[in-house]
Amino acid sequence: MNWREFFTKSKKRQYATLPASSSLSTHKAARSESDTVPDGLMEKCKKCGAILYKKELAQNLYVCPKCGYHFPMSAPERFRLTLDGGVYFEYDMDLVSTDPLSFPTYREKLEQTMENVGMTEAVLTGEGTIKGYPVVMAVMDSRFIMGSMGSVVGEKIARAIENARIKHYPLIIFSASGGARMQEGILSLMQMAKTSAALARFEASGGLFISVMTHPTTGGVSASFAMLGDYLFAEPGALIGFAGRRIIEQTIREALPEDFQTAEFLLRHGQLDRVVSRKEMRDVLGRLISIHQQRGWAHGDGAKL
Amino acid sequence: MATELSFEKQLKALEQKIQELKAFMKESGIDLTQEITALEEKQKELRTALYENLSPWQKVQIARHMGRPTTLEIAEAILTDFMEFHGDRVYGDDPAMVGGIGFFEGMPVTLIGHQKGRDTKENIARNFGMPHPEGYRKALRLMRQAEKFGRPVITLVNTPGAYPGKAAEERGQSMAIAENLKAMAALTVPIVVVIVGEGASGGALGIGVGNRVLMLEHAWYSVISPEGAAALLWKDASLAEKAAREMRITAQDLLALGVIDEVIPEPLGGAHQDKPAAIQTIKEAIFRHLQDLMKLSAEELVIDRYEKFRRIGAVVSFLELDQS
Ligand SMILES: [Zn+2]
Repeated sequence: MNWREFFTKSKKRQYATLPASSSLSTHKAARSESDTVPDGLMEKCKKCGAILYKKELAQNLYVCPKCGYHFPMSAPERFRLTLDGGVYFEYDMDLVSTDPLSFPTYREKLEQTMENVGMTEAVLTGEGTIKGYPVVMAVMDSRFIMGSMGSVVGEKIARAIENARIKHYPLIIFSASGGARMQEGILSLMQMAKTSAALARFEASGGLFISVMTHPTTGGVSASFAMLGDYLFAEPGALIGFAGRRIIEQTIREALPEDFQTAEFLLRHGQLDRVVSRKEMRDVLGRLISIHQQRGWAHGDGAKL
Repeated sequence: MATELSFEKQLKALEQKIQELKAFMKESGIDLTQEITALEEKQKELRTALYENLSPWQKVQIARHMGRPTTLEIAEAILTDFMEFHGDRVYGDDPAMVGGIGFFEGMPVTLIGHQKGRDTKENIARNFGMPHPEGYRKALRLMRQAEKFGRPVITLVNTPGAYPGKAAEERGQSMAIAENLKAMAALTVPIVVVIVGEGASGGALGIGVGNRVLMLEHAWYSVISPEGAAALLWKDASLAEKAAREMRITAQDLLALGVIDEVIPEPLGGAHQDKPAAIQTIKEAIFRHLQDLMKLSAEELVIDRYEKFRRIGAVVSFLELDQS
C-alpha cells in the first residue's frame, strides 16, 4: 500500500479533503478513547509489575496507581488530555517524507508505521487552549520509528514555532524521541539547525517556549529544540541525554549509576527547572502561562508580545 | 586513523619498487632513469584512476588520515598574528576544541575548530577531537566575542562526534550543543564553516551553522558515523561500508542534497599528500565566500543563514502526491 492508497482508503480519508496550500489545516480532532487504547483489558506495569485495568490506567493519565510509573503516551492522547476539552486544531497533517536518500526499506517502514500507529509522522502539531489561554503545541510520539526526527518532524516543528511567533501564542513542545532519523542521514541532522534557528527567531520576538521532555528524549532532539525552552520540564523517570547509555559504558569502561540520564539525575545536575508529574502538568502549564500574561515592570515591552 | 590506507596497497608496492630501483642505481651506478620514470608514470596513472573512483568508505579512510591538516595547523598557516585563547570561563579548557583570533588577509577574524592530534599520543591528549560541553561553550564564548567586535567567524569541523562520556552528560552535552545551534543562527557576523575531515553528528553541527558551509573533497559529514549507523540500523558495525554508501555522506552527495555550498578540491591522493597546497586551497575558498558575505548587513546575514537552514529537508504534501 502506498501513501495515496493509505490516505484514500483508510479511515484517515477525512484529512485528504484539506486544501494543499494551507499550512494551517483545520481538522478539529477530538478523538474518542477507544481510538487510542489498544486491544486487551489488562496492562502490566513495567516498573512494579502490578496488573492494571487499562481503562483505569487511562483514567489515571497512564500513570501506575501503585508506583507512579509514567507509561508512554501517544501524541493524540497527550493533546486530548492537555488541552481544554480535548479539542485542538491540527497543523500540517498532510506532510510526508520523500525518502530523499532512497534508503533501503525506509519507504516500506514509513508506510507500515503509518498503518500501525495511525499517524503520518512522529510529531503532531496544532493549537488549542490551556485554562483558557491559547497555545501552539507540538507532541512527539515514540511509537513512530522511535519518535525520530527526520525532515517532516523538523519541518512541522519549525512551522509550529513560526505559527506561535506570528500569533504571539506560547509554545509548548512535548518531546519523546530516540534522536535524529538515520534513514534521512544528513538531512535529519540539519533539522536540528532548522528548529533551533526557528527558536532563535521566536526568542527574539519575546515568545514564551515551554519544553517538556518525556521518555525518552535523546540524541539530536535533546541536543536541539528540547533543551532550548525558557522553561525546561521533564516527566518523572524520563530518560534524557545526548549519547546512549551503552555507548557511554563502552567508551569509559565503567558502570553508570542506575538513575543516570533520568529526569531526576538532570534536575540534580542543574539542567532542568522542575520534574513535573503528569497529574500536575496541566495546572503547572496553566499557571506558568498566566504568570507570563503580565510583563512586570518592563511594561513598555508588553506590546511586543 | 591509520597513516596507511588499505586501498593503496598496489600504490605502496609500486612506491617500494621505485625506491629499490633508486637505491640500486645509486649503489651500482647503472642508469635506470628510464625504468624509474616509467614506473613513476604508472604510479601517477594508478593514483589518478583510484582517486577518481573512490568509494564513500575509502573517503572515510582518507578523512581520518592522521596527516590531514589540523585546525591549529590551518590557523597558523592562513592567519597572521594568530593568538589562541582558552577556557569556557565556567568549568575548564577543552583541548578537543580550539579557537582564537588573528588577521585573515588583513582582516581580523575569529577562528574556531575541533582539534585532532597528528599522532596517537597527541590524539589522546586532544581526546581524538571529541569535545565535552566546555568545548562547545568555549566556542560559543569566542563567537559572542567575535560578534561584539564585529569579526567574521571561521569554523573548521573535524570530529568523530561529541564525546559520549559520563562527565559530558553531567555537564549538559545536549544543552551545550543546542545553545550553539541557536546562538549561531542569530549571530550578526558572517560565519563560514569548512568540513575538513570527519563531520559526525551534533558534535560537528555544534560549530557548523554558517552562512556558507564548504567541504573538502574527501571529507564526510553525516548524522552519525558509518559504524554507528550500521550498529543502530543493522546491529552489525561491520556493515559500515554499506552504511557509508547508503547514508550519502560524501561532499559530492551533500552538494547534490543542497546541504553544502561548495566542494574544496584536495591534492591528488588526499590533503595529507600536500598539506601546504591543501591549506592554500582552503584559504582561497574561505576568502572568496567571506568577501561575498562582507557585503551583507548584520540583519541580512542573520536572514541569509536562517533561510539557508530553513529550506533544508525533504517533505511533500500527500495531497500533492495524490494529484500526480
Ligand atoms: Zn507500577
